[in-house]
Amino acid sequence: MKDIDMETWQDKKVKDALQPVTSAVSIRIKQLNVYIRDQHILKDIDLILPEKSIICIIGPSGCGKSTFLKALNRMHDETPEVKITGNIFVDGEDIYSNHVNVIDIRKKMGLLSQRPCPLPMSIFDNVAYGPRIHGLTRRKVLNQTVIQYLQYVGLWEEVRGRIRTPATRLSIGQQQRLCLARGLAVEPEFILGDEATSALDPISTKKIEELFLNLKEKYTIILVTHTLRQAKRIADHVVFMYMGKIIESGPTDEFFNNPRKQLTKDYLSGSFS
Amino acid sequence: MHYLRKIKDRSARHVMLGIAVFAVLFLLVIAISLFIKALPIMREKSIWVLLTSGSWRPFKGDFGFLPFILSTLHVSLLAILIALPLSLLTSIYLHTYASRNTRSFFQPFIDVLSGIPSVIYGVWGTLTIVPLIANKIAPNFVEFSSGYSVLAGGMVLAVMILPLLISILLEVFRSIPQEMTDASMQLGATKWQTVKKVVLRKSFPGILAAVVLSVSRAFGETIAVLMVCGNITEIPHSLFDACYPLPALIANNYGEMLSMPSYESALMLAAFLLFIIIVLFNALSRVILVQIEKRYSL
Amino acid sequence: MKNFEEQFFKTLMIVSASIIIGVLVFIIGTIVYKGLPALSWDMITKLPGGGFYLGKEGGVLNAIIGSLYIVGGSLIISIFLSIPVVMFINFYLPAGSAFGNITRFTFDILFGIPSIVYGAFGFALMVYLGIRASLLGGIITVAMLIMPIMMRSLDEVTRLLSRDLPDALLSLGATKYEMIKVILRQLMPGIVTAVLLALGRGIGDAATVLFTAGYTDNIPNALDQPAATLPLSIFFQLGSPVAEVQNRAYASAVILTAVILVLSFAARYFSSRFSKNKL
Repeated sequence: MKDIDMETWQDKKVKDALQPVTSAVSIRIKQLNVYIRDQHILKDIDLILPEKSIICIIGPSGCGKSTFLKALNRMHDETPEVKITGNIFVDGEDIYSNHVNVIDIRKKMGLLSQRPCPLPMSIFDNVAYGPRIHGLTRRKVLNQTVIQYLQYVGLWEEVRGRIRTPATRLSIGQQQRLCLARGLAVEPEFILGDEATSALDPISTKKIEELFLNLKEKYTIILVTHTLRQAKRIADHVVFMYMGKIIESGPTDEFFNNPRKQLTKDYLSGSFS
Repeated sequence: MHYLRKIKDRSARHVMLGIAVFAVLFLLVIAISLFIKALPIMREKSIWVLLTSGSWRPFKGDFGFLPFILSTLHVSLLAILIALPLSLLTSIYLHTYASRNTRSFFQPFIDVLSGIPSVIYGVWGTLTIVPLIANKIAPNFVEFSSGYSVLAGGMVLAVMILPLLISILLEVFRSIPQEMTDASMQLGATKWQTVKKVVLRKSFPGILAAVVLSVSRAFGETIAVLMVCGNITEIPHSLFDACYPLPALIANNYGEMLSMPSYESALMLAAFLLFIIIVLFNALSRVILVQIEKRYSL
Repeated sequence: MKNFEEQFFKTLMIVSASIIIGVLVFIIGTIVYKGLPALSWDMITKLPGGGFYLGKEGGVLNAIIGSLYIVGGSLIISIFLSIPVVMFINFYLPAGSAFGNITRFTFDILFGIPSIVYGAFGFALMVYLGIRASLLGGIITVAMLIMPIMMRSLDEVTRLLSRDLPDALLSLGATKYEMIKVILRQLMPGIVTAVLLALGRGIGDAATVLFTAGYTDNIPNALDQPAATLPLSIFFQLGSPVAEVQNRAYASAVILTAVILVLSFAARYFSSRFSKNKL
C-alpha cells in the first residue's frame, strides 16, 4: 500500500514537475473572524481568491494582514489564545473542519517569510527536506527534484559546485530564493508571502518578483506587502485591509485607478499609512 | 505514510510528557523518601527536643541537633556578611560604571570561580585560611585556635557564594528600566546618587532574593566546609571556635552507621531538614525573581 | 562633597572587584604552587601503589578514569532526560502554559538542592534497590545532580531561538517531532555548552559520590564495582597524616583544577559561538 502510494506520487512528480496544474483551485473565505485573547483582529472577512494569479494584500501595519495569512495555513493552531470562527474553503473543502489534517493544509500552502530562514543543513538538504519528510526516499528522484527546483528559482548556476555546503553561507537574497525552492519542492498549490522581499536589496527583490510572475502560471500567490509599488508591479488583484476589515478588493488596474471607497483613496494618496 | 508520521509524533509527545511529569514528581519523591527515612527518630523523640537539645551522643541515644543547626547558621550568616558588600559593590561597578570591555574581561573570572569544585576550595582553605587564622588573626583575640573554625568556614563559603550573588545581582540590576536611571541622571544626580536613590531602592526585592538564594547555597555546602570547620560537636561561642554544620555531619557519618537504625534515621532527619529549608528558601527567592522578570520584560 | 562621595564609592567598588579577581588568582596560585612540585607523569598514568587506599606511590589514574566513567554515564542519562523535557515545554506546550512554568520552577528548585542531599537520597535509594556502592550508584546520583543544570541551560538557549525556524518547518508540513529534530541541530552549540557546564559540575562534586560510588585503587570494569573519583581522592589523601600522601592530594587538585579550567573556557567558547549563530 505504502509502496504503491509512493510510486504514483513520484511518477506524478516527475511528469508534472513544471507542468501547470489543471484542476481548478481557489480559496473562498466566508465570515472569517479571528480573536487573539479579547482582541478582535479580523472582522467578518468574506473573500474569493481567483486561482493562478497574484493577489496582494495591502494596508497599514497592524491591520491584520499577517494574521490573515497565518489563518490560511493554520499557523494559528500553535497559539491557543487565538480563536477562529468562519470558514476557509480550499478546493471546496473547509480547512477548519475537524477531519482535515493540518499537515495536508500546510503542504498545500508554501510559506515565504519576511526574513529567509534556511534550515541548519546544506543547500541540498534544505530543498530535499520537504520531499523527504513527505515520503520521497529514492535518491535519484530526490537529486532530480532538488536540481529542478534550484533551477526554477535561478539558483542552480550560482550554487552548482557547493550544493553540499551549509545554506547559511548564501547571501540573504540567495537564501530567500532557496527558501522559495524549498517551499516549492513540497508541491504546494498556493504560495503565501509575508512581506517576502522587505529584507532584501532591490536586485534580489526584482528577481523574486520575476519569479512570482512566472510562478503564477501554476500557483496561486498571495502576498502581504507593505509597498504599494510592489502591488502595482506584480499584482493581478489587490485586497485593501484596514482595522481588521476588508475595505475594498478588485483587479489591480481598477483598484488603483478607480477606487470606490473614500478610505482607499485616502490610503492610496498617502493620507495615512 | 502519513499515518506513520502522526503515530511517531504522538508517541514522541507522550514520551516527552511522561519524562517531564516524572521530573516534576522527582522533587516530591525525594521529599517523601527522606521524610519516611526520618520518621523512626521522630517517633522516638519529639521534633522539638531534637531541634533544641544540645546533647549529641548517638551511642546513648541522644540526638540533639542544636550544635549543628547553630553551626550551619553561624557559618552561613558570616559568609553572607562578608560576601554581600563585596558582591554588591562589584556588581554595581560592573553594571553602572564599567565599560563593555571591562565587563567581558570580568565575566570569565566569575565563571571560573563558580566552576571550581568544592573540594578545591577546601584544599585552598586548609592551606591558606586556616593557618592565617591560627597564626595571625586568632592570637589577637583568643588564647588558642587551631584555625579550623567558624571564621574559616565563613570565609571559604563567602568566596564560594560570590559568583552566584554577583550573577543574580547583575540580572536584577539589568531588569531596571534604563529610562528610570536616565531620568535620575538628567536631574543632575551623579552616578552614585542614582545608584543609591534609584537602583538599590528599585532592586531591593531582587537583592533580597539573591541573598536568600546564596544563604541556602551556603547551608548545603558540604566538602569545603567539612574541611575547614573543625567538626567538633559543640555550640560555637566565638568566631575562632570549631563548629560542625549539618552537611558535614551527614558526610562524616552517613553510610557507616547503618547498624544503628536510630542513628541512620537521625542523619536522614538532618538531610530532610536541609532539604526542606533549602527548598523553601529557593522557592521564595525564585518567586521573587520571576516576579521581577515579569514586571520588566513587558 | 557630592564628588567626594562619588569618588569614595567608586574606589571602593574597584577595590572589591579587584579583591574578587585577586582571590581567584590566589586560589589557583595556591593550588598550583603546592601541587606542581608533586605533579608527575606517573600521577596521571599509573594506578596507586604501596598501600591500600592511601599509598605513597603510583598515580591517581583510578580516580581519573573513575570520574570520567561516572560523569560520562550520568551525562548520557541526563541528556536523554533533559532534552525531551526542554523540547516538550518549549514546543509542545503553548507559551506561558502552567505546566511549563511548574516544570521550570521545579528545575530551579532541584538546581538549588545541595549535593549532600542528593548523595544521602541516592544512597537510601540504592539500599532500597539493593545496589552496593558502585559505579552504577555514582552514575545515578551524579545524574540527579547535573540533570537540573543541563535542563536549565538548555531551556535558556532554546528560549533564545527565534520563532522563524519552527514556523518555517511547520509550514513545510513537518510534524512537531520532525520539527524538533531539525531544531536540535540548530541548538547544537547550546547543547554542547550545557554538556560542558554539567560535566564541570559533575566531575568536581564530592558529596554525591561520597556514599554512592565507593572507593577503590583499581579501575572498575563493571557497573557493580566501586569506582574512585578525583575529588574524593583529593579529600581522602589530604586527610592522611603522611606528608607524601598529602602532596599527592595537592597534585590531584592541580589536575582537577586544570580540567575545570579547560571545561569552563570551552563552554565559554561554544556559548559565544552560539550567540553569534542565532538568527
